Amino acid sequence: MTKKQTDPLERVAQEMKKCVKCGACRANCPAFGTFQREPATARGKVALAQHLMKGDITLDDGTYSAMSKCLLCGSCVDKCPNQVPTDEIVIAAREALAQRRGLTTFHKAVAQVIKNRKLMNFGALAAAVLGPVFFRKVPSTSGLRLRFPMPFLGGSRHVPQIAKKPFMKRHPEIIKGEPGKPTIVFFVGCMTNFVYTEIGEATLALFRHLGCTVIIPQGQQCCGLPGMSGGDLETVRELAEQNLAAIEKHQADYVMTACATCGGALHKLYPLVIGKRNPELKARLQAVADKTVDAAVLLQKLGLHPEDTGTGQRMRITYHDPCHHRTAGIAKQPRTLLTQTPGLELVEMEGADRCCGLGGTFNVYHYESSLDINAGKSKAIIETGADAVVTGCPGCIMQLSDGLKQAGDKTRVLHTVELLARKIRR
Amino acid sequence: MLDARTLQQLTDIVGAENIATGAQDLICYGYDATQMEFLPDAVVHPDSPEQVSRILKLANQENFPVFPRGAGSGFTGGALPKGGGVVLVTTRMNRILRIDTDNLVAEVEPGVVTEAFQMAVEKLGLFYPPDPASLKFSTLGGNVAECAGGPRAVKYGVTKDFVMGLEVVLPTGAVIRTGGETVKGVVGYDLTKLLCGSEGTLGIITKIIFKLLPYPDSKKTMLTVFDSIDGAARAVSTIIKNKIIPTTLEFMDHATLTCVERRFNLGMPESARAVLLIEVDGDRDLIEKQAGQIHKLIEPLGLVQFRVAKDAAESEELWRVRRLVSPSLRDVNPDKFNEDIVVPRSKVPDVIRRIEVIQKRYDIPIVNFGHAGDGNIHVNIMIDKSVPGQLEKAHEAIKEVFQAALDLGGTMSGEHGVGLAKQPYIPLELNADQITAMKAIKAALDPNNILNPGKMLP
Repeated sequence: MTKKQTDPLERVAQEMKKCVKCGACRANCPAFGTFQREPATARGKVALAQHLMKGDITLDDGTYSAMSKCLLCGSCVDKCPNQVPTDEIVIAAREALAQRRGLTTFHKAVAQVIKNRKLMNFGALAAAVLGPVFFRKVPSTSGLRLRFPMPFLGGSRHVPQIAKKPFMKRHPEIIKGEPGKPTIVFFVGCMTNFVYTEIGEATLALFRHLGCTVIIPQGQQCCGLPGMSGGDLETVRELAEQNLAAIEKHQADYVMTACATCGGALHKLYPLVIGKRNPELKARLQAVADKTVDAAVLLQKLGLHPEDTGTGQRMRITYHDPCHHRTAGIAKQPRTLLTQTPGLELVEMEGADRCCGLGGTFNVYHYESSLDINAGKSKAIIETGADAVVTGCPGCIMQLSDGLKQAGDKTRVLHTVELLARKIRR
Repeated sequence: MLDARTLQQLTDIVGAENIATGAQDLICYGYDATQMEFLPDAVVHPDSPEQVSRILKLANQENFPVFPRGAGSGFTGGALPKGGGVVLVTTRMNRILRIDTDNLVAEVEPGVVTEAFQMAVEKLGLFYPPDPASLKFSTLGGNVAECAGGPRAVKYGVTKDFVMGLEVVLPTGAVIRTGGETVKGVVGYDLTKLLCGSEGTLGIITKIIFKLLPYPDSKKTMLTVFDSIDGAARAVSTIIKNKIIPTTLEFMDHATLTCVERRFNLGMPESARAVLLIEVDGDRDLIEKQAGQIHKLIEPLGLVQFRVAKDAAESEELWRVRRLVSPSLRDVNPDKFNEDIVVPRSKVPDVIRRIEVIQKRYDIPIVNFGHAGDGNIHVNIMIDKSVPGQLEKAHEAIKEVFQAALDLGGTMSGEHGVGLAKQPYIPLELNADQITAMKAIKAALDPNNILNPGKMLP
């Protein structure tokens, strides 16, 4: 670390002091739930970050390993008696570690991939042609794996099919709606663009049904969360700036996303993490954050009648709350829409708001543990006897699908918008 | 410092996966809720009484201290490795071995989390009442070692009232059983009671036999607001004097309410000076009657609000007031000394008045809340350590608070224990003969003083 750089940990020094090491985080942290060792707890990471700031611990692999054991799911923050923002502290600690010793090879590759949409398009095409089998045969150490648009390839993971044509290549930038109806910027996100294009199609269909003008800004990039997960805030800043420029080009009433993770980045983490470090961007980031809204929340707000658009099929469903929805207080809206949809019967699972274990790049470093967290989730889903588990985040969809397949179960995994749009999409 | 050979021997006992010496582990097993920190030389995670026994035998042979630790949520430093040595973590031993519905007993390992155990017995219609505030993360082994209490102690008692027997590894490595699972039993000394609250200084608990109760039929939660602290304090003794034993009787003083109100805006009446959160449980008809009686008894004591929860959701809403206390306190001052004095229940009004005097004399905020129904008040002395002189003031004030409790026939600590935090004050409560007797027990069981040395007794 060069002397001139501000230690990112200094920015959260006051917040760290709030942690009294009471141990309440042991009850809520999914990472601790699987590792069962104190360095995986929120208070453990705060203690390590405090020592790191003081400079009295050596930077061995153990420190990296401890800091990597966080899903950034925010459960500890929700339940902390002193409301210590451990997610912010972990992001700062990872940034500090990256500054002190440089990014890991893996995160350097992540940065390369997420910064370059062209590469991502190429990766998507290659993946679509060659299929997941190709990736399974590539050794885990090969850089080729990182060509894949998102860093999520574990050893035995069931890799989703990659779309032949990304969502954004199928549609014009501006899709005109009825006059007097809201104009909406659609922040698509990598998973929807490259993997689950049907989520994009369903989202688009629903807002068009409501008469909205939908703009899909062509310059939009990855939200950057995988980079944040690795402490590479420089890459995240670059992406945030490009996303700002792409969004600001258009006059819109809302910035909408059907990905809880992208929503969390735009709405919370951009102003909080990037804004704090780059004051010149703060006002612009905040302006976008204020307009950012989740697809289900906006559909409800704009008065969608799911009886006109949604499934007529009889189906028992259960709902999984993505972490980035839970921390934004989104839980009721998607459930309300789903229960208004003809044919759907909602059965709550045990621990619907517990993390599925994906956690940015957590599941790359700790695939076994990520599976362990996911196994608990799969069990809860299967116990409801539901035909499908529904959620609002493509990342969760990938993780939940993987977990259910590993458990040999056939429960379907769907996005809220897919069920809401079934009738109008056919 | 441990030499390489000793570390290898420890590794042979627990396996390479279950011993750690990296900086990140030493740091993370060196703290607890006191915010003190001492670095151990190694952390071990044994999985059986045999492993614990072998570790302790090695400790005697090689002369290194061993510090037993559960969740590390203690308030007095009982699990902290002061002076260095080996931290022995019990959380891998976390199995509920059996729940015997014929005899209403359960046998568990020490690493089981309190709430997990409660949920397991409640599924069978049974009840394990002790409910320390940390129940979602603290372990039963730690609860027994510290003799944890909780709000329900008013009616049901504390952890030791539910411990029927133990399996313990003595400091020398011998594995013994104490007590048993019969309701009666008088053969030999009652080592079970001796070990409850011994703070990990006399043995490492490896199994616990608990007594269970039938789960109460129903409960009723009431939030009562008073226009004076004295009124609330008198309400506590009035309820008890009239032979009603509520499940819980939680108390919050004006300073506490101000903190909560400032942060969370709960809409308390202007005239509110103290709150009692009262809960009764048992047969449905009986608790209806008790709730009515309580209302009548406390009405003349300056009651300004009386709310009864209609259902579980409303009960949770009323409890919210109490749960919000802890996050609100930091608004007063950043550093908190959380003491837990106890006085005979009828003396609650007196001790509150004494604390008010102490607060004025030292001019530092003291926030009181807690389990007034059993006379246990959490006295929170709020300071800012960075302000010169405040720490010294706090220590003086704490001493006076303890003295006040003792003068009224009480004790310095009801449920947090002594550990390191209260050690300097021990001579206020225990005389030389008492301390000598206790030290004799410690020396007899732990001749080489290897188990949690330097704790509790001065």
